Amino acid sequence: MSATQAHTPAATEHRPGAEVVLRALKDQGVDVIFGYPGGAVLPIYDALFQQNAIRHILVRHEQAAVHAAEGYARSTGKVGVVLVTSGPGATNAVTGLVDALMDSIPVVCLTGQVPTHLIGNDAFQEADTTGITRPATKHNYLVKRSEDLANTIHDAFYVAKSGRPGPVVVDLPKDILIKPAPYAEAPSKEEPHRSYRPRTEPDRETILEAVRMLKRAERPVIYTGGGVINSGPEASRLLGEFVRLTGMPCTSTLMGLGAFPSSDPLFLGMLGMHGTVEANLVMHGCDVMLNLGARFDDRVTGRLDAFSPGSKKIHADIDPSSINKNVKVDVAIVGDAGRVIAALIEAWKADETPVAKEAQAAWWKRIEEWRGRDCLRYVQSGSIIKPQHAVRRLYEMTKQDGRDTFISTEVGQHQMWAAQYFGFEKPNRWMTSGGLGTMGYGLPAAMGVQIAHPDALCIDIAGEASILMNIQEMGTLAQYRLPVKVFILNNEYMGMVRQWQELLHGGRYSESYSDALPDFVRLAEAFHAKGLRAESADQLDDVIREMLAHPGPVIADICVAKDENCFPMIPSGAAHNEMILGPDSEGNAKSVTDEGKVLV
Amino acid sequence: MQRSATIAVLVENEAGVLARVIGLFSGRGYNIDSLTVAPVDEAGKLSRITIVTSGTEMVIEQIKAQLDRLVPVHRVSDLTLEGPHLTRELALIKVMGKGEHRVEALRLADAFRARVVDATTESFVFEMTGNAEKIDAFLALMRPLGLAEVSRTGAVAIARGSSALAA
Ligand SMILES: Cc1ncc(C[n+]2csc(CCOP(=O)(O)OP(=O)(O)O)c2C)c(N)n1
Ligand SMILES: [Mg+2]
Repeated sequence: MSATQAHTPAATEHRPGAEVVLRALKDQGVDVIFGYPGGAVLPIYDALFQQNAIRHILVRHEQAAVHAAEGYARSTGKVGVVLVTSGPGATNAVTGLVDALMDSIPVVCLTGQVPTHLIGNDAFQEADTTGITRPATKHNYLVKRSEDLANTIHDAFYVAKSGRPGPVVVDLPKDILIKPAPYAEAPSKEEPHRSYRPRTEPDRETILEAVRMLKRAERPVIYTGGGVINSGPEASRLLGEFVRLTGMPCTSTLMGLGAFPSSDPLFLGMLGMHGTVEANLVMHGCDVMLNLGARFDDRVTGRLDAFSPGSKKIHADIDPSSINKNVKVDVAIVGDAGRVIAALIEAWKADETPVAKEAQAAWWKRIEEWRGRDCLRYVQSGSIIKPQHAVRRLYEMTKQDGRDTFISTEVGQHQMWAAQYFGFEKPNRWMTSGGLGTMGYGLPAAMGVQIAHPDALCIDIAGEASILMNIQEMGTLAQYRLPVKVFILNNEYMGMVRQWQELLHGGRYSESYSDALPDFVRLAEAFHAKGLRAESADQLDDVIREMLAHPGPVIADICVAKDENCFPMIPSGAAHNEMILGPDSEGNAKSVTDEGKVLV
Repeated sequence: MQRSATIAVLVENEAGVLARVIGLFSGRGYNIDSLTVAPVDEAGKLSRITIVTSGTEMVIEQIKAQLDRLVPVHRVSDLTLEGPHLTRELALIKVMGKGEHRVEALRLADAFRARVVDATTESFVFEMTGNAEKIDAFLALMRPLGLAEVSRTGAVAIARGSSALAA
């Protein structure tokens, strides 16, 4: 980073670099950082000790610091901040950084570095952090000169949150943290960045073209993604207005859940690999598709050459590189989701193209037939708890509870059941690792959410395998009295792996059994939390009730059916109209070709 | 349908920027046929990267969009698409030989307007500028005459006419 933007007033006071770092964070509105100390960042820890403006949350593993910052960011819309030491501190953070990159979450991660004169010498705890994190971040910096320090931090925040958000690393050599450095105010909002100026305002002509296509459409669909959430709550409000104004069916990706209320009859549920029948058949059969802030991910499209074969596609995205990457579209709109939807509403109202009402009514009739198949139906009978039922009861009981509820998940079947059976009515209430699919995400993410929303109900819907990947964060919950609830759907399997082995690999359950599990109740107790267990269906409600009522952190070990599969499922390499609906549905594994099997 | 594209990229002249560009190409599996870079402004704050790449239209669109979203990138211009442009490459070519071959090498160099910039009784170094095809053609002729070593810059390019690519 060069000192091109010299905002340094002529006679600035010089303070030790570590203090300048904290002042820059404070000026960026940071009130909490998630971190873990070490030699290279000791000057920052010393400066933290001597101030009160910024709260430091001591995690138990640097990966968890990044996920916590992600949870904080996703639930508040603010930038999440991480502080880790050089070498192993930085490398431990990498999984979290890639997670934030894939899901477009604004995070600034400060990493310690060996002093500038030792860089490149294989010094103790040296790692080439900017080299390692280059493909793991939206952007990264190595601060080599004290006069660049404050500006670099301001720049990092700007980059993390503007355009398509993402993680940014600032690597800070120890001598830079100790030497006096000048402070520089953050540049004013009006001042354009020297090189990075993402476009947010959509082109009006293109918006009009899109509106006309949608009005003439006989079988339209609106497909929304994480971009709507990232744009802020106003975008979600506008989405609601637009969908109701047009009366068009709306579906969402995993990342977009909550932008449009799940209880609204215009909502078709989630689409994609484990999406609903109605959502996927609507995508397959539509004649005009409006994609708002989603990226035609392979979990959503299924087999590309069979994806929505007869439709004209309109794609609005803030990142031009997302457009025409996987799927060729007919109308490309570059802009922020909120601005795009506002412009669509305005154009829809002004434009006089008649709406193809009759055709759309017929379309809705077909949709209602698909919806009538009730693809998420399950039967809870007997004493074995169905995982779907556990999520459903959790949803219903939290709704009765009335507190603002935030759900995070780990990765696996439980994640998909959470997406399918927990209803989200508002944005920013759902944190899941969508792009990277990182087991171990949910607990630290919930921790970050709880820090930002101390009075809210924060629940990690977990699997027994995933939860062990960052279980050490139970210690953080205890230290900061964070009343996070860990709701484990314990099927004693890496269920999603087992499901694929059942459907694609002849039922050879290679290494997918969760053997030698800990006693989660006693594990909770060892971490100063409450441990609960439900072993049969009649205990489920009591356990949930007790979990919700307990003022501190809880692990609820819900022993669920071991061999349940997550349906509907579009097997990899199949098209949207080739869904497997359930254990009895025809075709099942036979429909998966070798070509499909190579896909993840 | 594959096509070749010559792309000019104006970037901040800062540490790591070339690694970002190259990492983008290797990470996403794009081709690099040639890549050149040097500072181009007075203060040395801007560099210009010229990349010659190939791919389908969709891939080339992706390459440009991916380059454009790198933070230190100011401008991306697809010279191939945007109209007539000039491409030049510099090559230093060492040819070793005696007698007839030496005479023939000199004669051909003259025809190709390659300059002799170093000579011994057994060798020449030719300097030559032109587009890649011209250099390729010259090298093909030198091969049987004792071609020993080649150093090429890769292409630099600029649009014809009065429009200018600026940050
Ligand atoms: C870090 C990481 N390693 C491996 C995987 C591959 N993987 C995806 S789901 C899964 C099993 C998860 O098991 P569990 O947490 O018990 O959830 P379940 O599917 O049983 O609900 C695995 C191993 C992953 N997503 N992340
Ligand atoms: Mg499991």
